Amino acid sequence: MTHLDGNVLAGPLSELFSVDMTVAVGRCAGCGDQSVLASAMVYESGPDIVVRCHHCDDVLMTLVQSPDDLRVEFRGIQMLRVTR
Amino acid sequence: MTTTAPVPTPSVWKVGVVASVHTETPTARSIMIDVPGWGGNLAGQHLDLRLSAPDGYQAVRSYSVASAGPGERLELAVDRLPDGEVSPYLVDDLQVGDELEIRGPLGGWFVWRPEQTGPVQLIGGGSGIVPLMAMARAHAASGSTARFKLLYSVRSPHDVFFAEELASLASEHFEVTWVYTRSTPTAWPTPAGRLTPAVLEAATIPASENPAVFVCGPTGFVESVADWLVALGHPAASVKTERFGGK
Amino acid sequence: MGIISRGFAGRSREHNPELPPGQYLTEDFPVLSAGPTPRISTDEWEFTITTENGTVHRWSWADLMALPIEDVATDIHCVTRWSKLGTSWRGVSLDTLFAGVDTSYGYTMAHSYGGYTTNVPLADLLGGKAWIAFEFDGQPLDPEHGGPARLLVPHLYFWKSAKWVRGIQMHKSDDAGFWEQNGYNTYGDPWLEQRYS
Repeated sequence: MTHLDGNVLAGPLSELFSVDMTVAVGRCAGCGDQSVLASAMVYESGPDIVVRCHHCDDVLMTLVQSPDDLRVEFRGIQMLRVTR
Repeated sequence: MTTTAPVPTPSVWKVGVVASVHTETPTARSIMIDVPGWGGNLAGQHLDLRLSAPDGYQAVRSYSVASAGPGERLELAVDRLPDGEVSPYLVDDLQVGDELEIRGPLGGWFVWRPEQTGPVQLIGGGSGIVPLMAMARAHAASGSTARFKLLYSVRSPHDVFFAEELASLASEHFEVTWVYTRSTPTAWPTPAGRLTPAVLEAATIPASENPAVFVCGPTGFVESVADWLVALGHPAASVKTERFGGK
Repeated sequence: MGIISRGFAGRSREHNPELPPGQYLTEDFPVLSAGPTPRISTDEWEFTITTENGTVHRWSWADLMALPIEDVATDIHCVTRWSKLGTSWRGVSLDTLFAGVDTSYGYTMAHSYGGYTTNVPLADLLGGKAWIAFEFDGQPLDPEHGGPARLLVPHLYFWKSAKWVRGIQMHKSDDAGFWEQNGYNTYGDPWLEQRYS
């Protein structure tokens, strides 16, 4: 299984946030690494997505997309920062 | 590292109409789509495409946009994946006049903006050329004098996307270098073979010039190239990647 | 509900009585995963069952190979809608592994190398319904498919068949595993189309 980049999160996360979150900086709760979400590693299982820290592999977020809803878990993100 | 205001990302699905299709390679085609309300896009952005079957089944896929700039017409270029669910439909079945649902433009990270004046190295593997093509087009359209170089790795001359246009874009500010992994054009000076760190170093803007580097292609290709670039002295922060999945 | 895309049917979701609702047949074996593939050698591999009083039952690879090995022919159904019919596996039944385990708890959590978890009621692991599988199609199980060994619980959606399994922990209640915490159905019966919670 190969992974993708956090770039692909732009569409699903646009359903939650009003600005592009792939350029937001997130801090990994596991290792403290601070990077833009675009550089996270994304594993896709059909419509469902696991986002992992590119530094330590810890799970940052999961997205489960059913026909009726989008469910996002911020499992390992301590902080999100966007440029104003 | 420039900081720019975040772009709003409209999450609404817009309806696009296929304006034209054009065969690019034996397995790929480019598709022009008119999307009322698209509002233009930055070079390198992507979109989400949603297809719905009569029984309610839906499939969503992300595709890089090959075009850049203002307007409501955009271009995709899609390669048919052997066991794909969506790409065979787009490459084989889609007709002019068909409607598609589109969400975008998306992503503010893997983009080049004409106000960036520094040197840029584009590295594409296979269909990974698509967002890089948008950057090359934006570079030409804006009259930018930033140094642009594209390294394009393809299996064979038959697999090249946008072949004629790439040739016409060549200028003192835009240079294309080629890697043929399986077969070369006739009388090509080097034998076919996969990209190596030595070829990469010889064919790209050196780290000492601190170029912005954009790498796009299959996941394995992108990972190898990104590792080699860092080993050549490029700061990891200067290397932006877009993986297309696959091997 | 979006507009219908002319001529798009998606994967053929044929009305085959062997297929659960919403599934399509595939000939290949798609690889889906929630993270990087762990590379575990059989030398370092071990499997444990841990009960409520802290007792740990432990098997090395050699221990596992010394147990009765069963051939399993079964259909498998992935929540991402592909199904494969008539797949062949070899493995050790969980009935064999649980034979000497004393527990009064009715639920389990499977743990994997790499950190993945999934919850399965004990009743769904026993009675000839689940195995620790280490061969697929006559070949050692590829790491991409969960090798050296994965849990095989084919009557539930395939996310329950944890790849790279390394242990089972007894639970008093049906606590949620990795995907179950995030919106997947706690049980996952493909015939009832229990995809989401």
